[in-house]
Amino acid sequence: MKPPPFDYHAPRTLGEALDALAEAGGDGKVLAGGQSLIPLLNMRLAAPGQLIDINRVAALDTLVREPGGIRVGALARHSRVERSSGHPLLRQALRHVAHPAIRNRGTVVGSLAHADPAAELPAVLAVLGGWVEVASVSGTRTIPAASFFAGPLESALLPGELAVSAFFPSLPPRSGSAFAELARRHGDYALAGVAAVVELDASGAVTSARIGCLGVAATPLVLDLTPYLMASGAFADAVAYVRERAEPDGDIHASAGYRRHLLGLLAARTLSEAHATASSPGPSAHRITGGTTDE
Amino acid sequence: MFGEPIVRVEDPRLLTGQGRYLDDLGRGALAAAFVRSPYAHARITGIDVDGALDVDGLVAVYTWEDLPGRVGEPLPLLIPHPALTHGRTAYPLARDVVRHVGEPVVMVVARDRYLAEDAAGRIQVTYQPLPVVVGIEKSASAEYLVHDDVPGNVGAFLVQEVGDAPAAIDAAPHVLEFRLDIERSASMPLEGRGVYARWDADDESLRVYSSTQTSTSVRMAIAAKLGLPPAKVEVIAPDVGGGFGVKIVHPWPEEVLVPWAARLLNQEVKWAEDRREHFVSSAHERGQVQFVRVGFDDEGRVLGLDVKILHDHGAYTPYGIIIPIITSTQLLGPYKLGAYRAEVTSLYTNTLIVTPYRGAGRPQGVFCMERTMDRIAAHLHLDRIDVRAANLIQPDEFPYDQGLIFQDGRPLIYDSGDYPALLRKARDLIGWDSFGSLRAVATAEGRRIGIGFACYVEGTGVGPYEGGHVEVDSSGRVHVSTGLTSQGQGHQTVFAQIAAAELGVPISDVQVTTGDTRRFGYAVGTFASRAAVMSGNAIALACRRLKEKALRIAAEALEADPRDLEIADGQVYVRGNPSASIPLRTVAVLSNPLRYAFDEEAQRATQFATGSSPDEPPIAPGEEPGLEGKDYYSPVRSTFAAGAHAAIVETDPDTAEIRILRYAVVHDCGRLINPRIVEGQIHGGVAQGIAGALYEKMEYDSDGQLLNASFMDFLMPYATEIPRIEIDHLETPSPLNPLGIKGAGEAGVIPVSAVIASAIEDAEGFEISAMPISPDDLFRLRRH
Repeated sequence: MKPPPFDYHAPRTLGEALDALAEAGGDGKVLAGGQSLIPLLNMRLAAPGQLIDINRVAALDTLVREPGGIRVGALARHSRVERSSGHPLLRQALRHVAHPAIRNRGTVVGSLAHADPAAELPAVLAVLGGWVEVASVSGTRTIPAASFFAGPLESALLPGELAVSAFFPSLPPRSGSAFAELARRHGDYALAGVAAVVELDASGAVTSARIGCLGVAATPLVLDLTPYLMASGAFADAVAYVRERAEPDGDIHASAGYRRHLLGLLAARTLSEAHATASSPGPSAHRITGGTTDE
Repeated sequence: MFGEPIVRVEDPRLLTGQGRYLDDLGRGALAAAFVRSPYAHARITGIDVDGALDVDGLVAVYTWEDLPGRVGEPLPLLIPHPALTHGRTAYPLARDVVRHVGEPVVMVVARDRYLAEDAAGRIQVTYQPLPVVVGIEKSASAEYLVHDDVPGNVGAFLVQEVGDAPAAIDAAPHVLEFRLDIERSASMPLEGRGVYARWDADDESLRVYSSTQTSTSVRMAIAAKLGLPPAKVEVIAPDVGGGFGVKIVHPWPEEVLVPWAARLLNQEVKWAEDRREHFVSSAHERGQVQFVRVGFDDEGRVLGLDVKILHDHGAYTPYGIIIPIITSTQLLGPYKLGAYRAEVTSLYTNTLIVTPYRGAGRPQGVFCMERTMDRIAAHLHLDRIDVRAANLIQPDEFPYDQGLIFQDGRPLIYDSGDYPALLRKARDLIGWDSFGSLRAVATAEGRRIGIGFACYVEGTGVGPYEGGHVEVDSSGRVHVSTGLTSQGQGHQTVFAQIAAAELGVPISDVQVTTGDTRRFGYAVGTFASRAAVMSGNAIALACRRLKEKALRIAAEALEADPRDLEIADGQVYVRGNPSASIPLRTVAVLSNPLRYAFDEEAQRATQFATGSSPDEPPIAPGEEPGLEGKDYYSPVRSTFAAGAHAAIVETDPDTAEIRILRYAVVHDCGRLINPRIVEGQIHGGVAQGIAGALYEKMEYDSDGQLLNASFMDFLMPYATEIPRIEIDHLETPSPLNPLGIKGAGEAGVIPVSAVIASAIEDAEGFEISAMPISPDDLFRLRRH
């Protein structure tokens, strides 16, 4: 379990990083927190010839509250985002990402770029309708979550591109979010998980209800359950619809049938919790104001 | 001191990174890596090493054809047994056929491990795949064979019998028949295996460090394989990061090949196993299928028990059939049955070898017996503990002869115990009799809880022997050594406690060395919960010899009768007259008549300073210089510890998650040397038991590929998965050894699967027959 040979680059600026990536082309791989990449290298499941370590690119170590959401730079660690993003759904989801030691090293953007369908953050970005900012020597582009996750462990990033930040839209007033997952052990990848967002109007009626599901499809599965929740008491129909739409695979940890069963339970739980939060009076914890976050 | 819960003296060192494990040694050594078979069963048709030759830093590549003489012979069959009629062992490097994924085929030596792996990755081995045998049923069907010359895939057929069980069952008022399944797990120590060898060409001697549970036996094996006199081979077990059984197997292929290559290359060579190698190249345990038939009376007393055990021993049998022997004998537990028959069929499969893992066959036997007790209770609508109580051996029946032959080749005779008291204590600790009201509350809240119970007897401290050596130096420090090895159990603490108590010295003056053939050459090893019993008693006996000599020398110096002397706090003094005393360090000086004084203290022992008689030799006939004691402990047979566990488990009605709410242990290992260490052993054992009950399983596919060969997919539980463990002790001393102690190392793990199955069954209301059980398993069982 030692990695195969590779050339190591340690750029100090974004420009240097993009140059190195451009030169490496398809043979390049970005090292940020390394929590997925290093095991893959050590098990020789990945063998990039060029490793571009972006940990010295200070400009990527950012966490900025902007009007409408939070921008998470490529070097922001899970633990910092968990503590300081001010975004309730991010906080709820990040608690489930592995263990504290891993959250202290691993990065939010790295997790998105890794595009594991059983990971928490892709589902969160997807249900929020967020996006990823991408840079290369030829310019920048914005990739919406809906097209960023291309398949299991496959993102829309092209050779030479670096995901420089991710934008998580904030929740509007009178909304609530919830996150739940079930894993075999504390901190493991989930057998199934759900991130839910429910929005209400001034009268308390549901105007939007969406869930992002993890572990039950090749990419995060976002489902709009608004019609079911607008009709009060239609949870059972929503759950049936969720189970019908999921396409989980069975593996050594759980059968497809069990994952589908769990997904329905988790959808009901998270929708109910998100709805209750949205309905509860009090100061909105969900508004994000501009500026760099305080930690 | 003896019996006190002092903190472990090794912990500050081990917990602050000061440990010296195998891979901490030999920084400049060449590194070995292995090309291992990706096939579970295949014929090797070609090995092309050319691609590796370009790797800068490559030193050597070896295949089986390079191995000379005994090095190339099959590895030894360590424990022969008459029932093991078709024992087979592997070659250190595969000769022509590979029989499990992970079997070593080519050895690569390079400047470092990175380069060794680069080179290994470029070696092309071509295989002709052969039909694969995975799973006990497939092996038993014998459609395909693992070894061409082993008919039916049967390595061993063993019957253990007392009375006529089939007849007793036929005549019984009630009869039940059922099948039980237990999956594979593994020892999985934090540190894998590892070997580091240094050849001294001028001295023609070899020093080997191995992460082993038996340095003395590794030494004999290496000496034999390499044709070296044992005196020219030193084997040292440095700090070892856990063993749990897997490191008692020896010599591993690497333990032969690394020293062999070091001598051939005349350079230091090291191999440290990585986790992936450990999963597919070390050993597993547990997998069995059991067919049970039991006859019993209206009170639940077992009149006859007949068990057919199919045991999966993997591709080879280097460790013999110790596991199924233990299963078939320890299955009886604390019970006296009317008649008993166990029939073991030990089968080959194209999977990794199966050798003892903490518990060593006992968890399977206890699972069988305790599931049987629960089924009898359910059938008769009796309380589960009452049924057990009706079958117990009573305190006045010891020594109790079960009429079978145990794993040490000796009669299965229990030396002491109080099983009714164990049951009572466990029943009280968990609150068995008030569980009904607890359940009523839970049910009212829509929750499902259940309670489970199981007991066990564990034969510990098997022979043949261990030794202890104790020496007091002229500064008063006490050096204790024993040949068996340590893997983190706390030997430095408990052996020091024993020596300090025996000699009357402060424990801080005692230093303990284990597993170093330079210090103690004769030993057996650390397994079968034997270290405290075997080496503990040997050290106590050695201390008594030393003390006798110390008192003799001190008596002369103090002009007193040795019978009036005592030692306390490192001072020998006349009882009732503390002012007449002499420090033990001075006694050590006087014990060694000197010609040359190397310091002030030593002057007292020189020829013109001592007042010895000019007409007698300075060393009296039969005496030896130095204040030392050495002795061995060799028991006539094993001593039997026992325990009872109980748990309360909650199963989620929706998600089928399984949560242990309470776990209670009552444990009897005779006299306790250090309750803190015993409790630590129980905690670790119970954790591994919970692992085997709810999480761990080796997932082989039908091609013999291990699908979960990493800690991401092999679900060893974290601390977050282990509940608080409540412990109570019972102490029935063993009459077999001077200290009255019994082994404690494996105990915690033994009944856990039985307890958890019992509790889940109680919560769910349907039978649990297979372990481990996952939420998905429970979800499926609910739908049937």
